[in-house]
Amino acid sequence: MTAVDARPDKSSEIGRDRRRKEDARLITGRTRWTDNINLPGMLHLAMVRSPFAHARITGIDTSGAETSENVVAVLAAKDFDESLGVCINAWPITPDQKAPAHPPVAVDRVTFAGEIVAVVAARSAAAARDAAELVEVDYEELPAVVSLEEAVKDEVLAHPDLGTNKSALWVFDSAEAGTGGSVDEAISTAQNGGIVLERTYRQQRLIPAFMEPRSVVCDPTGEQFTVWSATQIPHILRFAFAATTGVPESKIRVIAPDVGGGFGGKLQQTPEEMIVFAMARRLGKPVKYTETRSESLLAAHHGRDQIQKLTLSATKDGQVTGLKVELDANLGAYVAIVGGGVPVLGAFMFNAIYKFPAYQFNCQTVLTNTTWTDAYRGAGRPEATYAIERLMDELAAEVGVDPLEIREKNWIKHEEFPFTTVAGLTYDSGNYEAATAKAKEMFGYDELRREQAERRANNDPIQLGIGISTFTEMCGLAPSRVLGSLDYGAGGWEHAEVRLTPTGKVEVITGASAHGQGHETAFSQIVADRLGVPFEDVEVLHGDTQIAAKGYDTYGSRSLVVGGEALVRAADKVLEKAKPIAAHLLEASVDDLEFSGGRWAVKGTDQGMAIGELATAVFAAHNLPDGVEANLDSEATFDPDNFNFPHGTHLCAMEVDTETGAVKMRRYICCDDIGNIINPLIVAGQVHGGLVQGIAQALWEDAVYDDAGTLVSGSFVDYLLPTAADTISFEIDHTTSPATTNTLGTKGVGEAGTIASTPAVVNAVVDALRPLGVHDVAMPCTPERVWRAINEGSAGGETTGAAAAHFDPSTGMSGNVDRTEGDAQ
Amino acid sequence: MTRISMNVDGMKVTDDVAPRTLLVQYLREGLGKTGTVIGCDTSNCGACTVHLDGDSVKSCNVLAVQADGCEVTTIEGLAATATDSSESGLHPMQEAFRECHGLQCGFCTPGMIMQSVDLIKRNPQPSESEIREGIEGNLCRCTGYHNIVRAVQYASGQLATAADTRGATEEVDAL
Ligand code: FES
Ligand code: FES
Repeated sequence: MTAVDARPDKSSEIGRDRRRKEDARLITGRTRWTDNINLPGMLHLAMVRSPFAHARITGIDTSGAETSENVVAVLAAKDFDESLGVCINAWPITPDQKAPAHPPVAVDRVTFAGEIVAVVAARSAAAARDAAELVEVDYEELPAVVSLEEAVKDEVLAHPDLGTNKSALWVFDSAEAGTGGSVDEAISTAQNGGIVLERTYRQQRLIPAFMEPRSVVCDPTGEQFTVWSATQIPHILRFAFAATTGVPESKIRVIAPDVGGGFGGKLQQTPEEMIVFAMARRLGKPVKYTETRSESLLAAHHGRDQIQKLTLSATKDGQVTGLKVELDANLGAYVAIVGGGVPVLGAFMFNAIYKFPAYQFNCQTVLTNTTWTDAYRGAGRPEATYAIERLMDELAAEVGVDPLEIREKNWIKHEEFPFTTVAGLTYDSGNYEAATAKAKEMFGYDELRREQAERRANNDPIQLGIGISTFTEMCGLAPSRVLGSLDYGAGGWEHAEVRLTPTGKVEVITGASAHGQGHETAFSQIVADRLGVPFEDVEVLHGDTQIAAKGYDTYGSRSLVVGGEALVRAADKVLEKAKPIAAHLLEASVDDLEFSGGRWAVKGTDQGMAIGELATAVFAAHNLPDGVEANLDSEATFDPDNFNFPHGTHLCAMEVDTETGAVKMRRYICCDDIGNIINPLIVAGQVHGGLVQGIAQALWEDAVYDDAGTLVSGSFVDYLLPTAADTISFEIDHTTSPATTNTLGTKGVGEAGTIASTPAVVNAVVDALRPLGVHDVAMPCTPERVWRAINEGSAGGETTGAAAAHFDPSTGMSGNVDRTEGDAQ
Repeated sequence: MTRISMNVDGMKVTDDVAPRTLLVQYLREGLGKTGTVIGCDTSNCGACTVHLDGDSVKSCNVLAVQADGCEVTTIEGLAATATDSSESGLHPMQEAFRECHGLQCGFCTPGMIMQSVDLIKRNPQPSESEIREGIEGNLCRCTGYHNIVRAVQYASGQLATAADTRGATEEVDAL
């Protein structure tokens, strides 16, 4: 139930269920969302967006809009100067990557439905929207390419001048990298007497769908630009504005006030932000733009959208010998800020927790006439984890053993850590045995397997499926030098400052800017623990580049493991700085002092001084040792040596109605290992939210385009975010193998639930239907898809080599599979 | 322009509004009551939920003129309406959301709290599935609803401590 804190010196703060500091304002409606900001003379923008996925713009008539009431300006691309810039692509994964320049306002051609064609500025948002309707744009429709399957044929081109839809090819081969053997050899060996599985999985396109629509305000005062934005990345955004507009960083202040969710969806320098900046600069007035939900679904970036062709080789008793991945990733119409690199992040995780002797990853990124794709909760790791966890189930079925047995046979044993994987990562710590044992016990695994066998034996129309996901991920982005080696355009360090105020309170400044993760609370706990001051006395400041001048922001579960460690170091520096001052004031030698509970005491006496008293004395500076600065401030920058690797075992029970195809989740439990836990309450919340986001991919969410490139799921009526009534309560627990790459021993948790749950759920659905010859159901597993899989058969891929068998939980024995071949969906 | 009067969070207001003004726009832009937020344009998300004469409504689905002569309570005036607001000056439902970590980014939270207050008013001891159905019109992308359900249970006196938010064995078994 509760976390085990493996720290030797257990404090009252670390591991404590602190209620969140940020809640006071959020539950009373005293929140500062960007859209709440209204400034005198402020103008409001509305965007004119293309209804076509691909078209030439042959004319734009703005006259009707210009003369309508309260309108100040109507601009098309030709009306902007160069300072508008082009959107940033920060991760050219190969030197020859094809990446068309992405102007924020389309110049003479639109390349996805929703692309901005013109901008209206008016004195009210309503007037701007009304006028936007009056802008007349003439389009000459061009053929659009929407799906990956079509795009790779290069028959219809998303950008005809590029001559191809293929943006880049990124390859990793363990034989070449020296981290493992040759996959082709492994496969050819397995073809003689082993098992070769070929499967194709689709990662459907998803929409992050943060609840707060994106909003941005820019106030140009003199030469200074203050930008408020609902963004995850105020620091990167400030850099991006400087880089794209030529205005120096010192003249740009970016504030991410309260931000209502992100999930990767708010880590762009968006066209809308660039337009607001340019308009404020041009009009000399504060400007605001807040998107509607429909605009958000249409034009804020999407996630996933990959097709994975997998070939796995194994011995006939299920020891994996090699894995080959051929992956196509749909980038959409442009290469987004890190969009090209998302599948590359996945490359390191296809081998998951397993000891694969040979591995090859071939990734092709592809351009289409759809909204650009980029990081979405987990970014690359969910896609990889899904593929391998589905494959391990398939392998278990082929060998005829329980899926947990196959995993155990192939995973890295506890005593083998640290372990360098075939993808070249070194996992510092982990204990898959412990997490799995605990999960099995929580779940009542054997009992549920018995119930499943009974239902199978009775031909129950409601079949029970048990889904397993033994996941790991790499988080804590990232060691800067590793990012550099992958041609990523930025670093991964984090910055922190700790300042003691004259009244003895503590100001903490972090570059990790939050959007719901509870940084103010967790970071207060860390600093209170380190300095021995009350939790209430710590104030965490973030999300404003004028206060938190440096940082790399929040994504990739990095805030605590990178930013938290920076804080620890900054706090330690304050203590170092304070110690000689304390000795001086106490008229003792430094060696005679001991620090505990926020107080320096002279050993063996009752003489002492609390940190707060010292802060007051330093502020007065009446009596400081010679050569000492009159402050107790410090800063630290932490760049980790390595990622960290949360892991866990998730088990899911699904009931599948074999007559209607309806699926119902009955039970979901997980045992995660995220190292030491700072605040169990916050961690539980992150896990719950993550689980539902991953379950939603398995069961409901799907961003669907029609053949012409119109987004069919363009509102919350069609894009099915789960509601409370769709979901269940979860049972979660933890095992603890502390991370060795930060002194807190913590690992990231923000993405774990999402990464792990998708395969757990689909494995459960397929497990329920395996006796009916079903080997795969494409996501989302809608009743229709499940029904078709049952009635039309779904082979889900090819097997060669040893005779196919399947595990029969009623006998624990294997038998031949009676399989109806059919199309994998 | 149409003249309307209403009582918003205990304050009497009279204004001339364009007939097409939505209640949520009037609250946010006209009165500066920015605690109530807009999450969608299809009346699906529930972020804008307020109480109109004591019942929850999606304020993006009501015209300001329709609220003429009504009592409107938003998240900002909720605590004042509670007969049993806590020492901290919070409504028990607000307290419950804080206690059970029923929010993360907090964007859905005002609407979620207003809806939950209405739910408890109608059904003081709702079962887990009644809670889930009762807040079905309010979307949350952060919490997975788990702790929101706990918060409503807590507010209704069915949960003794927030620590119950981490596991839910009994309730899940009963499903
Ligand atoms: S804003 Fe009212 S329901 Fe979404
Ligand atoms: S707390 Fe973020 S949407 Fe509910």
